[in-house]
Amino acid sequence: MDFGDAPAESEFRLRLRAWVAEHNPELPASSTDDGYWAGQAAWHQSLYDAGFFGMSWPAAVGGQDLPSVFDVIVDEELAAAGAPPRPSVGYLVQGILEHGSDDVKRRFLPGVVNGRDRWCQGFSEPDAGSDLASLRTRADRHDDHYVVHGHKVWTSYSDDAEWCLLLARTDHDVAKHKGISAFALPMRQPGVQQRPLRMINGITKEFGEVLLDGARVPVANMIGGPGEGWALAMTVVSHEREPGELGYVARYSKLVNELAARVRKEPDAYGTEQMQGLGWAMVEAEMLRLHVRRRLSDRLSGMSHGPEGSVDKLLMTEVEQVVGHAALAIGGTGVGSDDDTWLKVYLYSRAQSVMGGTSQIQRNLVARRILELPVA
Amino acid sequence: MDVRLSPEQRALRDTATQVVDRLGPARGAPLADVERAPRLAGAVEASGWLELRDSGEGDGPLTSGVEVAIVAEELGRGLADVAFVGPVMAADMRRRAGAGPATAPESVLLDRTLSWPACSLNGETPAGVVVDAPPSRTALVLVGDDSAAWWRLGGVPLRSGHSQLDLTRRCAVADDRAAIVVLETPHPLGSDDVAAWMALGLALTCADLVGVMRGAFELARSYASTRRQYGAPIGSFQALQHLLVDAYVALEGSRSVALHAAWAVDALAAPDALAAAAAAKAYCARAALGVCETSVQVHGGMGNTWDCLAHVFLRRALLSIELFGRADTNVGRVLAHHGIRTPAGSGHGLR
Repeated sequence: MDFGDAPAESEFRLRLRAWVAEHNPELPASSTDDGYWAGQAAWHQSLYDAGFFGMSWPAAVGGQDLPSVFDVIVDEELAAAGAPPRPSVGYLVQGILEHGSDDVKRRFLPGVVNGRDRWCQGFSEPDAGSDLASLRTRADRHDDHYVVHGHKVWTSYSDDAEWCLLLARTDHDVAKHKGISAFALPMRQPGVQQRPLRMINGITKEFGEVLLDGARVPVANMIGGPGEGWALAMTVVSHEREPGELGYVARYSKLVNELAARVRKEPDAYGTEQMQGLGWAMVEAEMLRLHVRRRLSDRLSGMSHGPEGSVDKLLMTEVEQVVGHAALAIGGTGVGSDDDTWLKVYLYSRAQSVMGGTSQIQRNLVARRILELPVA
Repeated sequence: MDVRLSPEQRALRDTATQVVDRLGPARGAPLADVERAPRLAGAVEASGWLELRDSGEGDGPLTSGVEVAIVAEELGRGLADVAFVGPVMAADMRRRAGAGPATAPESVLLDRTLSWPACSLNGETPAGVVVDAPPSRTALVLVGDDSAAWWRLGGVPLRSGHSQLDLTRRCAVADDRAAIVVLETPHPLGSDDVAAWMALGLALTCADLVGVMRGAFELARSYASTRRQYGAPIGSFQALQHLLVDAYVALEGSRSVALHAAWAVDALAAPDALAAAAAAKAYCARAALGVCETSVQVHGGMGNTWDCLAHVFLRRALLSIELFGRADTNVGRVLAHHGIRTPAGSGHGLR
């Protein structure tokens, strides 16, 4: 039982620390500033080219075949240096790895991992949110391609993406979970129109919606077989729920460190309640860091990515929202100044209990699949 | 990094589980059974668990904080009414001071807020409380001079305290009419010794709270699966399911921080170990109150009766929540470690 670094881990950590000190692009926070997205692709590629991205993925797709603890070390060092977090593409990689054919993996994964190809995720629709399986976007086969009609929403990074991991209905005569297929859809084509959605904190680069009107996708771009899209979706969302996969630990630690620095600079400006709020944010961020380590160790025994992801998503949500409240308490709402950065951090934190499956859906999953409570 | 328990640690846990399930009040005979508790105490004494923090090879203890925490967690889960954390903390303090083992299990006197060890600056017996006292009526106390840079150990007699809070652990208070007997201590304790000792106390209290949460949660989960209303088990209703899930999630977060705190006791420098333990304690304390209250709520009317164990878990949690500092004190310690001084975190307590 050891939370400390093994020699190889320690060597990696020091090498990374030295590299980050030289190459930190000093981007603004992704959650509050559209400026982040302008520099994100370059940051991804720079991390990858230096050998600090995709540590735990297979070498065949550009990873390094190392244990996940190396990803954790990346997160910790980026946070400590105040560098941007690593881009969150793990769920895409895991979904394609687990469900794609060798051909699909070979064609698409290297570009996801090395950051040269930008992807978005076309799952949710205006009438298919928590009840994702009721999605209505349809893909109809014509010879060697499918033609897609439908409307996707909450599509993160849709404006930037060359590819969309799309769920669409290919069979209308079977149960709703069984008629869905997954595709790698090219975004830059006439049948695809995307428009940004403005989030409650004003940023426009994170969310979008995508209108599909006769978009074409080759049959060879189907990921998994016809009707196997739901299984892929479940793999993707289970990874999307995991803080270890997302690298969010680094984002929370970075925010907490910035708030602490503010307080140290002007300690008399803050009252007991504000200080306690910051202290709790420190406690919560530390909890998530350690929890991710415990989970990764459990995986060494072969425990798979199961419903525990929902527990971790609920913990991650708790952390994000406690940090959000500390941001509001210490950073302030920006009344009387031009700086509303901390207000934006707070407002952004409200989405965490919705995105990737609402907290209510996560609780239903834990109740059934982990606690095995009786079914009504 | 690999934070899984070793095979030896898993074996220790399994043994502790068996002892507590056989002789503890949660699964065995009830609290009121006069024969059960002495048998549990006998089994714990025979197991050697009380000596886990005695001197091993060199200056270090026989086992790390992780092993002691494993036992403390199982004892908490089974509501074991036997002194464990008290005597182990006394043994750890003796070892740090090079004082040689005690002739009978003893405990350590804490200040009245339970946040720090009690200390005497002028040779007079300080007011203080002992939690988890073994039957022997003595406790260790820190004895210092005006510099307060170094502490020697003294022994003080105790008299029974009258705490009705925890039905499973004995509390006592210092007998302030009696004088302190100063012990031979080859290595007086410095502030790092006290910090590392506090880290162990906090880590063991976290382990106890995790155990209590597991016990209280399992009690509620199994009740919700069997108790029926409206023709269905109450655990099938979404309102109750979400209550139970929130309790389970709080427990899972607590396990992660408690495990780290136990590891940190011997693996990190004293100030870092203390900060890790303080963060863990704040988290576990808040979680435990919620989990135990949920257990009472899920049991409905039954949960508000003396015979249901839900309140025994809640009472044990309430004592552990105060032990070695409440949540605000420990959040203050975390802030202090980040260079931020607050009233709650700045009281070193030893002056």
